[in-house]
This record gives sequence, structure tokens and C-alpha cells, in this order.
Amino acid sequence: MFDNLSDRLGGVFKRLRGKGRLTQADVDEVMGEIRTALLEADVNVGVVRNVIERIRVQAVGTQVSEALDPGQQIIKIVNAELIAMLGGETLKITYASHPPTVVLMAGLQGSGKTTSAAKLAAWFRSQGRNPLLVGADLQRPAAVEQLKVLGAQIGVPVFSIAGDPVATAAAGLAEAQRLGRDVLIVDTAGRLAIDAEMMQQVADISKVVSPHYTFLVVDAMTGQDAVTVAKAFDETLAISGVILSKLDGDARGGAALSVKEVIGKPIAFAATGEKIDAFEQFHPDRMASRILGMGDVLTLIEQAEKVFEKDQAEATAAKLMDGEFTLDDFLDQLQQLKKMGSLSSVMGMLPGLPKEAKDAQISDDMVKVTEAIIRSMTPEERRKPEIINGSRRTRIAKGSGTQVSDVNKLVKQFSEMQKMMKRMGGGSGGGSGGGKGKKGGGRGGLGAMFGGAPGGGPGGLPSGDIDLAAALGSRLPPR
Amino acid sequence: MNNSSLPMIFLLLAVAGLVFGIGVVAISRRKARAVPQIQRVAPVEAVEAVAAAPLSVRDRLAKARSSLSGAVGSVLGRSEINDSTWLELEEALLRADVGVRVAQSLLGVLQARVKAKEISTPAQLIDALRGNMSSQLVGTSRDLNFEANIGGPNIWLMVGVNGAGKTTSLGKIAAQQIALGRTVLMAAGDTFRAAAGEQLSTWAERSGAQIVRGAEGGDPSSVIFDGVQSAHSRNIDLVLADTAGRLQSNTNLMEELRKVRRVAEKGAGKVTEVLLVIDATTGQNGLQQARQFTEATQVTGVVLTKLDGSAKGGIVFAIETELGIPVKLVGLGETIDDLVVFNPTEFIDALFE
Repeated sequence: MFDNLSDRLGGVFKRLRGKGRLTQADVDEVMGEIRTALLEADVNVGVVRNVIERIRVQAVGTQVSEALDPGQQIIKIVNAELIAMLGGETLKITYASHPPTVVLMAGLQGSGKTTSAAKLAAWFRSQGRNPLLVGADLQRPAAVEQLKVLGAQIGVPVFSIAGDPVATAAAGLAEAQRLGRDVLIVDTAGRLAIDAEMMQQVADISKVVSPHYTFLVVDAMTGQDAVTVAKAFDETLAISGVILSKLDGDARGGAALSVKEVIGKPIAFAATGEKIDAFEQFHPDRMASRILGMGDVLTLIEQAEKVFEKDQAEATAAKLMDGEFTLDDFLDQLQQLKKMGSLSSVMGMLPGLPKEAKDAQISDDMVKVTEAIIRSMTPEERRKPEIINGSRRTRIAKGSGTQVSDVNKLVKQFSEMQKMMKRMGGGSGGGSGGGKGKKGGGRGGLGAMFGGAPGGGPGGLPSGDIDLAAALGSRLPPR
Repeated sequence: MNNSSLPMIFLLLAVAGLVFGIGVVAISRRKARAVPQIQRVAPVEAVEAVAAAPLSVRDRLAKARSSLSGAVGSVLGRSEINDSTWLELEEALLRADVGVRVAQSLLGVLQARVKAKEISTPAQLIDALRGNMSSQLVGTSRDLNFEANIGGPNIWLMVGVNGAGKTTSLGKIAAQQIALGRTVLMAAGDTFRAAAGEQLSTWAERSGAQIVRGAEGGDPSSVIFDGVQSAHSRNIDLVLADTAGRLQSNTNLMEELRKVRRVAEKGAGKVTEVLLVIDATTGQNGLQQARQFTEATQVTGVVLTKLDGSAKGGIVFAIETELGIPVKLVGLGETIDDLVVFNPTEFIDALFE
């Protein structure tokens, strides 16, 4: 994997320590590292040039003090710049006074238009709207069939007639009016930006349905070509926003930055998984950290939120803070964790973890072994691991196909974690008091656990998101 | 378990603790949203008759090329090699998605030669760069591997991320193999994406291949296994096995793919080709795709699709030179004949145009 920006800059700044002020040459070197990081994230060459210039202006003359890590300062500048570039005005959907509100989907082949159209329809439904999907992709075999299947899953009707895509779109609009649907989403065939004939066709479709919103679907894995494509589609269709697809992969997604910068249109939505509901409004701050390869805590939180049962999680948290966390609970946690994806991808999203930890190939087999050991224990042993003596240890090792020493390690580490969690719970000012006290303690404590930041007091910070991010990773630049 | 298991288990504990901790915070922060859990697709009964798209025979590649300005022209326009020369060449390589590391190493070699006065004119420089790049791409066989007399069908497996063009490439390969006189059976192993089976059926009709399909949402391994068995009993030469698109970071789906490959060989057939389909617009993530898919399925070749657009597909240069996986086929358009054998010289020339 690529090094993230903080690792890159770390090396440079080690040598720059003790200097009072960054010289031009120092800045050049730092800019070189930032450039490489952005290019490896697939940010367009031309866009990188502009970004670097803007960052350079801000970085020259930056005070390098012993107290503040200069690398952190630069990262802060870069991160803020990227957020500013990715964010700006957000797309707010306003519904047409004479329904339906028409949405047109466009993009290259395989960018994810059909899936995104269905996900968007589901999103509109969650907003209390009644969308109609129109399958105007008559090019790819079975594209309409795909849309119909997806439509059936989300309970949204799909309209299509064989023959001409432009006629289908026009008929779809009439159908939406007839049925009284208030949102119309038109899926179109994938086309190359340089294919004049096909671009004319999509322009014709646009003309007959006069869309209120035209979304360009861009694959998060797209490289340098994203800019050419976005420009061409914007010139033909006047794009109102971008849908970034396949963001659940490990691509850094620099294309988002390129497209935003070149056509100046907001990134409206991001598709973050294979499920229909894995579709959300775009968060510029998360994307900035991702492009820089610096962890994605907020996405991790959302994943956790989806996977974890609320009541169960709260009960477990209470137990943990009170020091009543048993191996059974831990086993539960592992099960939940497994639902979030591979351990390495979860680890990858955590900022502030030591590089060695991320590099150490954490295989999911480790989870299996740990599970096997715990499952070989009796219920009583799981509740009170301290009763595990020599003969029990041997039995557990045999049962789980491991060595006695492995069992020892697990038990020892578990008790250490228990102690640590107890301390954190105790320090939250209130112990087993109200739920709020517990939450506050958890946050501060976890922050302390990852990176040694002082427990972030939730009081003085403006919003939950920032609060969390600040507490969770001292290496995540403050916003 | 090895010696390093101790810190690992601790890490595991820590992560588990952290994850559920933030889960709690996040959950109590917001109201739990009602999330519609949509399961895998239910079997579809009706097969929509989809009109075959009119297959045009335009030379899209030429169109792509004419719309691009040339870095080479600009470099050759100068009488000497200077800083701008290097910058322009680097940016040309980067713009083609070759990647920073590869671009810098290619140019680093040349900078040394310029310094040593072995190269003095821009024309020599361009020649040397092209020469270096081609020499890194030649010497591998780009033929699709077909073994005769193995007592069962050859199995070619198509793998790749979502939307790369696996199904379409498979359809075209089928048509070409049939034209070569081989009998072909398609195994519709993409049981996940809605209507992927229909899409493949359309291709089977077009090309005259046989097809074995399973229920949507079914086990892809068993569909492909059935395909191989069926091909064997009917004495069919070649099984083309489609798989669902998957992002290489999804461990469970990669595990599923590993199983597909393993199970495909349980019967009489042999996997003689595993083709990784990569979209030419793919950026640096392509290298990661190649690594992970190879690790799971021992990829034997790359199919570079959609090269008739404005994207150059330079990432396959990195894939071939760094991972040693040859690019075998290139997609230059929508017709069956537009899937052609990869030509390194043309590819490199196009990178600079």
C-alpha cells in the first residue's frame, strides 16, 4: 500500500527539526511529498499543480516550533485546503413545484449508473418521495432487467419500452405524470465522452425530459481521465452534481477532487457498498482524509452504527466501564467486528494507529484462533478467567488446537484490557451514574488509548462529529 | 501461532474495544435509522427481450487520439533537453495513469544517461524512453492459454471489480473462440448482480455458445462446477466462467472467488486462464486490484477494456512490469472484433499522443 501523507512528511520533518523557519528548499521538498501523495491518490496532474501552489503560499514562512509538530501543521494546511476544495456549496435538492422532479443519470460504461439510480430512488423514498425509475439504457444487454430487479427490491416502479432511448425517456416522463409520481429518475446507457453520436443521444434525452438535476456517476477508482470525462459531460449536459460510486473499495478517490475542481460542481452523493442503502450524502472532510490516506474514522463509526445492535452495544459498554466485561462479551464483540469487514480494512480506517500495527499483516485467522480459544472455555471460565489453572489451560489449548502459551497470552491480555477499561470507566467522573457520564468517559478514554491524547472533554466542542474525531486520533488534524 | 501473535492479539482486543466503543457513542448520538435490509436478488422468471445494440464499426481509437495534444511534439519542438522537457514527459506519463513511482524510475534512468552525455537531443530522449518501455513489455506470451488433451474442458475464469467489463469481454471472447472452431460453454457465475445472467444469455445467443445458469443469489462455485461437468459430458472444449464483480478490499467476496477457482477444478476441467478485467479509466488502484486478485486466483493475464475512450490505461504498464502479469487483450470498441490482442508498441505510442 501507499504510505500516507503523515508518514511521508514525518520523514522529511525529522530532518527539519530545530530550524526556526522553513526555507524555500525545505518547502520544495515538503511540497514534493504532498505532490506524490496526491498523485498516488489519482488526483489529476493539473489539479495537483494548482493545489500545490495554493498550499505553498500558505506554507512558506510557517513557524517551525519544537512544541508544535511542523508535519502536523502542514497536514493541517493540506487537509483544510482539500476540504475547502471538495466542499464549498453543497447540493441541496429542491423539488419542482410542478412534479415530477426529473433526475438524469449519466456516465461512462461500468461507472455504476444503474445501481446508483436505484440507490438514489431508495434515497428519495426515504425522504418521503414517490420516485419512478426509467430504464433508458437500451444498449447494454439486460440493463433494463437489472433496473427492474432493483426496483422490485426497493418497491419503486420501473418504466421502459424497447426501441429508442429518447422516446423511452419522453414516455417515462408522461408515465410519471399519469401515475402522479413526484420524482423521475432516468437511467441512461454508459457512453464514452469522446463518442459524439452517443453524447448527442444523451443530450437529446436531456432535451425531452428537461431534468432538474443531472448527475454524473464517477467511479472512485478512476484515474487521470476523470477530468476529461467530467468536462465533456458537463459541456454536453450541464451537470448539477456528481455521484461517487464504489467508495467502499480501497481506492483513495482523488478523482473526486479532480472532478470537483475542474467542473466546479458539488459531489452530491457517495455509494459506499453493495447494499441498496449504502448510499449517502457526500462528506468532504472524510474524503480529504481518505485522499491523504489518513484514516476514515467517521466512516468507521457509521459502519459500526449499522452493524451494532444499539441495546446490546450500550449494555456491553456499561459492562466494560464497570469492569464486568467477560470473555463472552468479547466474543460477541468479535462477531460484530467481523460483520464490519476484514480486520485489516477496519484497521486501515483508524488514524493514529502506529505504522507497525498497520503494516503487521493482521489476518482474519487471528480472529478465528481467538474465537476458538474462547469457545473452548466453559461458561464459568469465560466469566471468571482467573479460575483457569494449569489443567484447564491444557484442556482449552487442546480443544482449540492451540498451544498452552497462546491461551496464557489471551487470558493475560484480556485481564490487562479489563483493567485498562476499568480505569477509563472510573475516570469518567460519575462511574455508573447517568448514561451521559459514561459516554463522555468512553470518548476521552478511547482517545487516550489511541495516541495518548488527553481525554477530550466533550463540553467545549461544537458538534458530535468534531468532538469524536478530536478524541479518537491525535494524528487526525483538528478541524 | 507465531511469536508476533502477542502484540497482534492485544491489538485485536484494542480494536474490538474501540470499535464497539465508538459504535455506542455513534448510536446514542443519533437515532437508529430504519435501514431496509435488502437481500440478495430473488430469482427472476421473465427474461426481458433486449434488442441487440446496433454494432457500429467506427474507429473510435482514432477519434480518441486526434483529440489529444501531444507531449512528444512539445518535447521535440525544443532544441535541447531542459527542465521543462522532464516535467512534460513526467506529466505525460502521469496523465496516462502510469503512476508516480514508475514514471520517476523510467525518467531517472534517462536522466542518468543524459548526464553521461549518452543522450543529447530531445529526439534521442523520446526514442530511448519508448525503447525502454517496450523492452519492459516484450518477451511475454500474450496468447490465451488453451491446452489440448487434458481429459476435460479448459476453463477460463473472468475476474475483476464491478463494472470493469467482465461479462461483455467474456461474450466477445466466446464469439472469437467459436470463430476459431472451438466449442464454448458459458457458466454464469455472476449470481449476485441483478440480471447479470440475462446479460450473459444475450451474449450466448449472439455468439452461439451454450450456457449454464444458476439461480440468482446461488453459489457461484456450484454454477461453475455444473458448467464444467456439463461441458465435459457434452465434449465441449472451453468453459468461460463469469464471476460477479467485487472490490478487492472485500475479504469475504475474495474468499468466495478463491473457492470458485478451487471448485472449478474439482471436476474434469482445468483452469488454464484467469483473466483480470481492468477498465482503462482505472487509476493507481489498478495495481492493488492486480495484487489482490492474483493472490486469490493466480491471475494469468489482463484484459484492458474501454481503451477506445480518452483514458490511456497506463496502470497496466505498472501491472505488467511490477507484477509480471501480461496484458493479453485490449477492448477498443463495442463490436466483437474490437477485442484484440495487446500490442505493446501501439500502446506505448498512444501513451504519448
